[in-house]
Amino acid sequence: MAKNRILVAGATLLAAAMALTACGTRAEEGGGGAEGGAGGGGGETKTAVIGVVAPLSGDLAPLGLGIQHSVELAVQQANESGAIPGWTLEVQPEDDQATPDVGRNAATSLSSDADVVAMVGPLNSSVGQAVQPVFDAAGILQVSPANTNPSLTRGANFDTAPERTYPTYFRTCTTDSIQGPFAARYLYETAGITRIATVHDKKAYGQGLVEAFSAEFEELGGEIVAAETINPEDDNFSAVITSVGSGDPEALYYGGEYPQSGPLSQQMKAAGLDIPLMGGDGMYSPEYIELAGEQSEGDLATSVGAPVEDLPSAQQFVTDYEAAGFPDPYEAYGAYSYDAAQAVIEALKVSLPEAETAEDAREATVEAMASVSFEGATGPVAFDEFGDNTTRILTAYKVEGGAWVADQTDEFED
Amino acid sequence: MDPAYFFQQLVNGLTLGSLFALIAVGYTVVYGIIQLINFAHGEIFMVGAFGALGTWIILGRAEITAWWMLPVMLVGAVGVSVLTALLMERFAYRPLRRAPRLAPLITAIGISVFLQEFVRLFYGPIPNGLQRLVFGDDIPFEFPDAKAAPVFPAIEGVSGGSFVIGGVTLQYAAIFTVVALVLCWIGLYLFVNRTRVGRAMQATAQDPDTARLMGIDVDRIIMVAFAVGASLAAVAGIAHGLQYTNIEFRMGFLAGLKAFTAAVLGGIGNINGAVVGGLVLGLVEVMATAYIPGTFGGSAWKDVWAFALLILVLVFRPQGLLGARVVDRA
Repeated sequence: MAKNRILVAGATLLAAAMALTACGTRAEEGGGGAEGGAGGGGGETKTAVIGVVAPLSGDLAPLGLGIQHSVELAVQQANESGAIPGWTLEVQPEDDQATPDVGRNAATSLSSDADVVAMVGPLNSSVGQAVQPVFDAAGILQVSPANTNPSLTRGANFDTAPERTYPTYFRTCTTDSIQGPFAARYLYETAGITRIATVHDKKAYGQGLVEAFSAEFEELGGEIVAAETINPEDDNFSAVITSVGSGDPEALYYGGEYPQSGPLSQQMKAAGLDIPLMGGDGMYSPEYIELAGEQSEGDLATSVGAPVEDLPSAQQFVTDYEAAGFPDPYEAYGAYSYDAAQAVIEALKVSLPEAETAEDAREATVEAMASVSFEGATGPVAFDEFGDNTTRILTAYKVEGGAWVADQTDEFED
Repeated sequence: MDPAYFFQQLVNGLTLGSLFALIAVGYTVVYGIIQLINFAHGEIFMVGAFGALGTWIILGRAEITAWWMLPVMLVGAVGVSVLTALLMERFAYRPLRRAPRLAPLITAIGISVFLQEFVRLFYGPIPNGLQRLVFGDDIPFEFPDAKAAPVFPAIEGVSGGSFVIGGVTLQYAAIFTVVALVLCWIGLYLFVNRTRVGRAMQATAQDPDTARLMGIDVDRIIMVAFAVGASLAAVAGIAHGLQYTNIEFRMGFLAGLKAFTAAVLGGIGNINGAVVGGLVLGLVEVMATAYIPGTFGGSAWKDVWAFALLILVLVFRPQGLLGARVVDRA
């Protein structure tokens, strides 16, 4: 008897769970199928695939999904306007879970697909490092909208002896070697802060950001009163906060992303250390304010480019993105991903018409990329000899009234 | 360095250690009775925090933040944690009671992954979906999606508040954690030593076969052990939520690992050992961050120092700081 009852209960639960998962998935469909687009009318059309490698699950998924949808938008528009006669473009998104190993597997599976001709992504610099050699070996063009570590384009000695690492790698965003110093100048010159503490998470992005920041801040005449690190897995930062606070800093500069900087800011202020926390573009997300809570007023972040909402060139992108009805917002890298995809499409306009198959076009696409130049959503897009975007505009944002508000936008000059 | 700095770090260490200690008791109680390292116990802590959040959403209407919500949430958290632990014991561990020791250990790891993914995927959809079936689209209790870190309710007078004594900042949430540990410790002491069930637990830990012959229902005692551990983990879950204001489905993994370390450090099977082990581990982590300078110092190396201490203790005092209280029946 008892057994039967358990069976019945189990079956009911199972049925309920299945019914609910069905409810859950219905909402998620809707937006994903934007890749298709119109393939043009008559004749045979061939297919070329643009891969997307980005975190589509986990903490950073909002940023990753923004990248994916922005690329889908660019591709959809290219297909509709028949930008490349005889060819239809498709988007193939792959989840890298913000993890280098997973990213490398995604890169391997994309580069073994003969239809793949280019890739947009990834989000994380550490994943960028892992996927670069894989795509390069296959000769596939890679354009990152978000990798800000300078060594990805200029090699390990990027400040003394820059050397291009992978000829297939380009990016539309600015790098930490500019973002860090930009933040240093903002704090020292605009905010008038001279004593600062730094904390980073030991990842390629965070460490690079803090090193570039510290060098510039000390050169300007400021003082680094404490330099600490945290483990990204940790949730208790009290020891670090007390240790940093003993140097009596006027602000904290953090190298890393919002899943850690949000709680760090919250705990810092709860512990009575009421100073602004500043970080890079990895922190510039509404999620940061949610995690850091009400006390995050006055916290700062730099991000690449001018604020999308203020740029006349980006208005069209914002309107189109909203009209396309994607289920997730474009987030911090949307416009950069859109421009990255557009740059790829510009290069494909040159390379694809003369190619038999997508695989044949790979080499010509990379060559064509070097001379791509157009007016993108984020401003003029063109690449220097290392593959970096020649436009180096950054913005400092401040948390005001529970949202990021642009405080100062500048073109960075050496 | 100045004394205020030292005392501030001492407070930080005791707060962190109290959280470890509350979770560590669950490892130790269960291990003491069935020699199982219940690696899913960290997840019980996580489930407790989510249980508290759910209770607040339903009974607190997701808006009441008065102090009396705290005991209500505590009851909800303990209920959810204990229920999860009992189901786990009944369906995963009991069928393996006579199996080789490796089998339940692997099962524990499997359950740990299962519980994390279950919360991640279904914490929002199941209650929201059930409500949609009943109320249509206008649901009264909107559960957050656990894929991102949900915000834990800020209870008035506990969350965020603090006061300063002699240059040392004491946060109310931290005080809550330490006081909760002390109360739980006293309660547990009275329960184990002064009640019939508690004495039956001790007897079962010493020799389950003889205990059975003496008329003790061993299955029931094992369930009690799981329930006791789960209750304390649920308290820890609330303490975590109050201190860090956000909870997430992965928070149990590392906390569980640290708590297990604390239990071994103090002597596994020994309840006092788990508490002392947790506090020592928290203090070592914080003090290593605070006082070891240079390359090997700072937060980056704190885990290394904590585990170095564990190795030293295991080499020179394999039974742990306070001595393991396990009758080896292997």
